[in-house]
Amino acid sequence: MKITVKKGLNINIKGASEKIMGEANSSKLFAIKPTDFPNLVPKMLVKEGDSVKCGSPIFCDKYNDQINFSSPVSGEVQNIIRGEKRRILSVTILSDNKFIQLNSKPKDYSKLGREDLKTDLLSIGLWPLIRMRPIDIIASPSDSPKSIFISGFDSNPLSPDYDFIMHNKAAEFNAGLELLNMLTEGKVHLQTRPNADDVFLNAKNIQHNIVKGPHPAGNVGTQIHEIDPLNKGEVIWYINPQDVLILGRFSLTGAYDASKVISLGGEGSSEKKYFKTISGSSIKSILSKTSIAENSRILSGNPLTGDKVDLDGFIGYYHNQISIIPEGNEHKFFLTDGWLSLGFNKFSASKSYPTWLLPKSKSYNFDTNLNGEERAFVVSGQYEKVFPFDIYPVQLIKSIVTNDIEKMENLGIYEVAPEDFALCEFVCTSKINVQNIVREGLDLVYKECM
Amino acid sequence: MKFLRKIFDDAHEKLSSNEKTKKFFPLIDAFDTLMFTPNHVTNKGSHIRDAIDLKRTMMLVIIALIPCLLFGIYNTGYQHFRVLNQLADVSFFEIILKGAFVVLPLVVVSYGAGLLVEFIFAIRNGHTVQEGFLVSGMLIPLCMPADVPLWMVAVATMFAVVIGKEVFGGTGMNILNVALTARAFLFFAHPTKMSGNEVWVTGFSDLKGEKYASLVSSSNVDGVVDGSTGATALGDLASFMQDSPVLENTQAFQAKYSLMDSFLGFIPGSVGETSALMCLIGAALLLWTGIASWRVISSFFIGGFVMATILNLVGGNGYFELPAIHQLMLGGFMFGMVFMATDPVTAAHTNAGKFIYGFLGGFLGILIRMVNPAYPEGIMLAILIANVFAPLIDHMVIQNNINRRLKRLKTA
Repeated sequence: MKITVKKGLNINIKGASEKIMGEANSSKLFAIKPTDFPNLVPKMLVKEGDSVKCGSPIFCDKYNDQINFSSPVSGEVQNIIRGEKRRILSVTILSDNKFIQLNSKPKDYSKLGREDLKTDLLSIGLWPLIRMRPIDIIASPSDSPKSIFISGFDSNPLSPDYDFIMHNKAAEFNAGLELLNMLTEGKVHLQTRPNADDVFLNAKNIQHNIVKGPHPAGNVGTQIHEIDPLNKGEVIWYINPQDVLILGRFSLTGAYDASKVISLGGEGSSEKKYFKTISGSSIKSILSKTSIAENSRILSGNPLTGDKVDLDGFIGYYHNQISIIPEGNEHKFFLTDGWLSLGFNKFSASKSYPTWLLPKSKSYNFDTNLNGEERAFVVSGQYEKVFPFDIYPVQLIKSIVTNDIEKMENLGIYEVAPEDFALCEFVCTSKINVQNIVREGLDLVYKECM
Repeated sequence: MKFLRKIFDDAHEKLSSNEKTKKFFPLIDAFDTLMFTPNHVTNKGSHIRDAIDLKRTMMLVIIALIPCLLFGIYNTGYQHFRVLNQLADVSFFEIILKGAFVVLPLVVVSYGAGLLVEFIFAIRNGHTVQEGFLVSGMLIPLCMPADVPLWMVAVATMFAVVIGKEVFGGTGMNILNVALTARAFLFFAHPTKMSGNEVWVTGFSDLKGEKYASLVSSSNVDGVVDGSTGATALGDLASFMQDSPVLENTQAFQAKYSLMDSFLGFIPGSVGETSALMCLIGAALLLWTGIASWRVISSFFIGGFVMATILNLVGGNGYFELPAIHQLMLGGFMFGMVFMATDPVTAAHTNAGKFIYGFLGGFLGILIRMVNPAYPEGIMLAILIANVFAPLIDHMVIQNNINRRLKRLKTA
């Protein structure tokens, strides 16, 4: 299937990663953060000081205790960090660098069947890699998804290039795809750009779709909407290609091997390369040989949807990149650099700055300044230009703000996730935190209707 | 700039150090954020943001209004000296001076009255001053007759900001266009100052007793109209609908107000509305920067053209027979189309809805203008009606989307 996404916006931000593998120290400290999983209430399964192996459950979902979250390394549980009301923020694990596996016998799941596969994925803690639409949370094991989606490219700004990351990993990838195929009655959809790497082009047991067009073409939500739109009551699962590799290694060796390649980019970073690391690694270890510009913000993830982290923080469970961008916490004089400047260095999706006349390939400096103040909705038609869904984004946002569940359902909240609104949030003249609103709406719908 | 920054930082500090003065924070904040884009940073979600903000959006609309303002100043002076039959004696500079003397006080009063209300509400509600009035404050003087008393402008502006906007929750929440609310308020509260033949040319009503009588009576004796009345083109046109038309027929009208004059704007009318050319220059800027909706502008024009053509076909009197394109160049049609109908808050919000909304506005505008014995203009009322219908139009469009989704659910 060939799809062209017409609406959207490519944001060219300075500091893209070069396709080179960089050197970094391996991490000693790892963390699993319940906060990476929306809606999750964790129930601890270990205490501080317990020794764990790769794949040992650390905590589980309190309301669905089949779903385990496991340690990516062997070592010792160092710290359980709690926030307000004793909410668990993260669990840190000190690695012994031996990577002792809890389980190291591969099984032939094609003979054992779907239920055994599910049970094993749940118990070893690989299940959280699979997420679902609607609601955009960890897939519910009791659901039967109508299809499974894998987006083989990332169109976000500063995003990693999966063609580079996945190169020569066909064996693991195909093994992972085989497992995924067992989990659904429907198809496994893999979306790529036209000139994708052979790993994608030669992938087995999948429906290959070619997607053209600007960001958010790489978002799985956009692809679902174009290929197999969700209706109320239906469920689609999705998974990141690197996480398919993790499933593949589990299938081939029985091991919990959460190693992956992440990209490092952004203006504030001296190194703009790719690094081999393990899920949950500390940011400090990845940046051990990188110098960071003063007054920068470190993001786990991309600049549109990522999370702000400290140098002492850890890479997010679903993130495949670190972006370092300048903070914009300075006043800007209105004529020289502010709202009434000529702005030949300012990027805007609107045409209110002259840069829209420059070639689209020009890249821009971005900082974290809001570039304005939060206002009521004034400008109309702005979100629609970058929102490729057959959904009225502003009206949906308004129905969420007013807690009108029936209207949310009618306007298509089951088809969207916060990341689908990232561009709306970016272009918003009124500087409204749209992604946050969408998350709240999804949480409400989940609580009330599912 | 550090010097300026320090002044604001100090002012903020002083205000916030005292409980009593704390509530005046919006005052300083408004000027501060005018001079400096604030140091607010993103926190969650999208960490980088587009360079556009509401201030720039509003400022671009004001810039688009400048041609209309400048021409309005010139034309106000021009019409004044035309009625006095002194055009040959005065220099360009004197015309501008006269016009500026009349128009700029309108602008100052409009901004003064409106911003006063905005500041009071901001302090009372403890929020920052929003930018919505920046554009309304310029639109209000431009849609007033030149001779309107300044106190009326002040009252109308305050009425529009309070009743038209703040009671609904401020910028972004209003149902009716604020500038048109001000105009409609005056139109119904003080009709003698907003309509008729005596308010459109500055100084005209004062002259009425003296020179005017001699000027007009001498010309009217011969039944020749020498252009010395203060009526607008539409006023003259509307008289076709009455028993005693001012002009003989459409040809006479076209001779008096040529298409070119109507297009360029050398005719009496509200301050900023007369020149279709200047409106189009403004439209070009708004469309080029993508701030005004091309959907609204194009469908508004088509709506007006269709209605005017229909009435052309009906014919029967000098008014209906005026060619559609000439009809659209008169009165407030172009100004309303470019600057009033496109107000994003009060227009339809959906793209499909914008086409319907614009068409409705233009269509009704010409209908009310021409098939209306009381008053020879209808754009203001038509846009206000379209404003009221906009949410309904959006509702229909959105319901259509909802039905499409439900249908997919049933077939799936």
